[in-house]
Amino acid sequence: MAAITTTALVKEYPGGVRGVDGVDVTVADGEFFALLGPSGCGKTTLLRSIAGLESITEGTLQIGDRDVTHLEPGERGVAMVFQDYALFPHMDVADNIAYPLKIKRVGKGPRRTTATEVGEGLSLHGLMQRRPAQLSGGQQQRVALARAVATRPEVLLLDEPLSNLDARLRLEARTFLKELQRELGVTTVFVTHDQAEALALADRIAVMKAGRLQQVGTPREVFSRPVNTFVAGFIGSTPMNLVEAETADGGVRVAGAIAPLPVGAQGAVADGAPVVWGARPEYLRWSTEPVDGGIEAEVSVIENLGASVLVSAHSGEVRLQLVVAEDDEPSPGDRGWVVATPRRSLLFDSESTDLIG
Amino acid sequence: MSAPPPSLGRRMVRHYLSRVLFVVAMGLVLVFFALPMLWLVTAPFDADPSLTVGWPDWTLANFAQLAENRYALGSLRNSLILGVGTMVLVLALGSLAAYALSRVRIPGRDGLLYALLLLSSIVTGTAAMVPTFQLMTQIGLINTQIGVILVLAGGVLPTVVFILKDFMDSIPKSYEESARLYGASPLQILTHVVVPTARPGLAFVAVWTVVQVWGNFLVPFLLLRTPESQPAAVLMYTFYTEGGQPDLRLLSAFSLVFSVPVIAMYFLVNRRYGFRFHGGIKS
Repeated sequence: MAAITTTALVKEYPGGVRGVDGVDVTVADGEFFALLGPSGCGKTTLLRSIAGLESITEGTLQIGDRDVTHLEPGERGVAMVFQDYALFPHMDVADNIAYPLKIKRVGKGPRRTTATEVGEGLSLHGLMQRRPAQLSGGQQQRVALARAVATRPEVLLLDEPLSNLDARLRLEARTFLKELQRELGVTTVFVTHDQAEALALADRIAVMKAGRLQQVGTPREVFSRPVNTFVAGFIGSTPMNLVEAETADGGVRVAGAIAPLPVGAQGAVADGAPVVWGARPEYLRWSTEPVDGGIEAEVSVIENLGASVLVSAHSGEVRLQLVVAEDDEPSPGDRGWVVATPRRSLLFDSESTDLIG
Repeated sequence: MSAPPPSLGRRMVRHYLSRVLFVVAMGLVLVFFALPMLWLVTAPFDADPSLTVGWPDWTLANFAQLAENRYALGSLRNSLILGVGTMVLVLALGSLAAYALSRVRIPGRDGLLYALLLLSSIVTGTAAMVPTFQLMTQIGLINTQIGVILVLAGGVLPTVVFILKDFMDSIPKSYEESARLYGASPLQILTHVVVPTARPGLAFVAVWTVVQVWGNFLVPFLLLRTPESQPAAVLMYTFYTEGGQPDLRLLSAFSLVFSVPVIAMYFLVNRRYGFRFHGGIKS
């Protein structure tokens, strides 16, 4: 087992495009670590650089106490599960799982034994003689995982591990993946563009944009204290309300009303400063009675989320979204007040988009 | 003013008439292509074959006569040597070149491939007859099978590289990257992963090369000067009677023997390797 440390890591493509632009990150030993970001943000490039499939232009990469910056992929002690699984179509499941051992010149007998053991650990018994094409998507993924862990790697890399599964299967696979990672205790880095997946699986998340790290933190930190408006907007199944506002009278003037100043920003900002006010739809409350600090608004659209509804309400030009329990569901056209809690709302600098508090 | 819609009866007549005409036309096309085939399977068994197709006067004498021919069997062996030799050379060089061209970024790669493809038709073509002959004489490979194999391989290689490169482009890189991560060497990646996944493409190219060589007349005709070393396609050219007429008995029997291996090979390769691709990629 080993930690991964990158120092000022740069991957520059011919033509000067930087896929990864100066990334400093440390993944602790045994940690389940997510690289999260929109497509083209460099997360897959970073993963492939760790694997050794992309050469590193500048900076260093350490796995454990070894500098592996310029080592061949096979010498780094990493295993990777590709997005398309890359199971060899001409080999059966057992041969696929045993392939890394074949390269390490393990004899045919022990190879079969290990393959069967690892396969059974991943509930693949009875499928050992099948070809990849004869397996379901979930089974293929487990074969790919079995092949990756068969050699007991120090580091496991997963490229979009759940993206090729059906929605229902994805939830099962998510739980399964987390159990497996805990059981093996292997340092795991996975790439995803799905923030819900990252929040659910990872011990820590690195949010990336344009080749640079935006924030590294636990799911809770990234969710409740995003460092800038990009992270704030990217994390969360319903996007955070981000409204151009201005500090005034010891509060924030949002759409004409004075909302209470977020707790974290108290004392950090003077009156009259242009800011961006942020509040998650889950943390906003709907009131049919006037409330001090509430923002008066008219309901325009209601989207059903099952046990709750997502209400879009307009106050002048400003649109606010909030999640309301099904029993308190308003109707389109209703007027009421959107109430924010100071403890659960945030202020961002309108110039730099960084978090004020 | 529009014409009144045709009555039901007229439409039926028109419908049937067009069906009949279609079937007749297809029949004619079929006959046109089937006649040579029919000749090929009937004439060898006819005691007195002609250039027309007719019910044969059954006999195996033509084959007996063929067996007595000094060069017939040897020529088939020569064809086999040329075909297999060229195929092995082309597969070995073509797959390596195609793999490299498919995976390595070279500026002007596509232009290079098209230029090669264009030039290849000249190398084995009629235009380069004289220089090819001179070249082979100079380097002392005239009248040798190796010389013919080299020239033929040079002729088909660009096309083979072109086809195989296209085929290898369609094989996901993640197979090789996966093998690389487990520490496989480039040669191991090639033999464990690339060749097996490219096998349908390689099988196709192998068969195609043999067929090309098997039927090639010009190159062996130019470069092989003795009847003992000539392949079947060239030997056929010598089947004349003393009167200077084509010896149809020998020719027809030999034609059949000449075509059977190619057809047999197709079925064999298709069964064994299959011209198909079984995926292990979830997309």
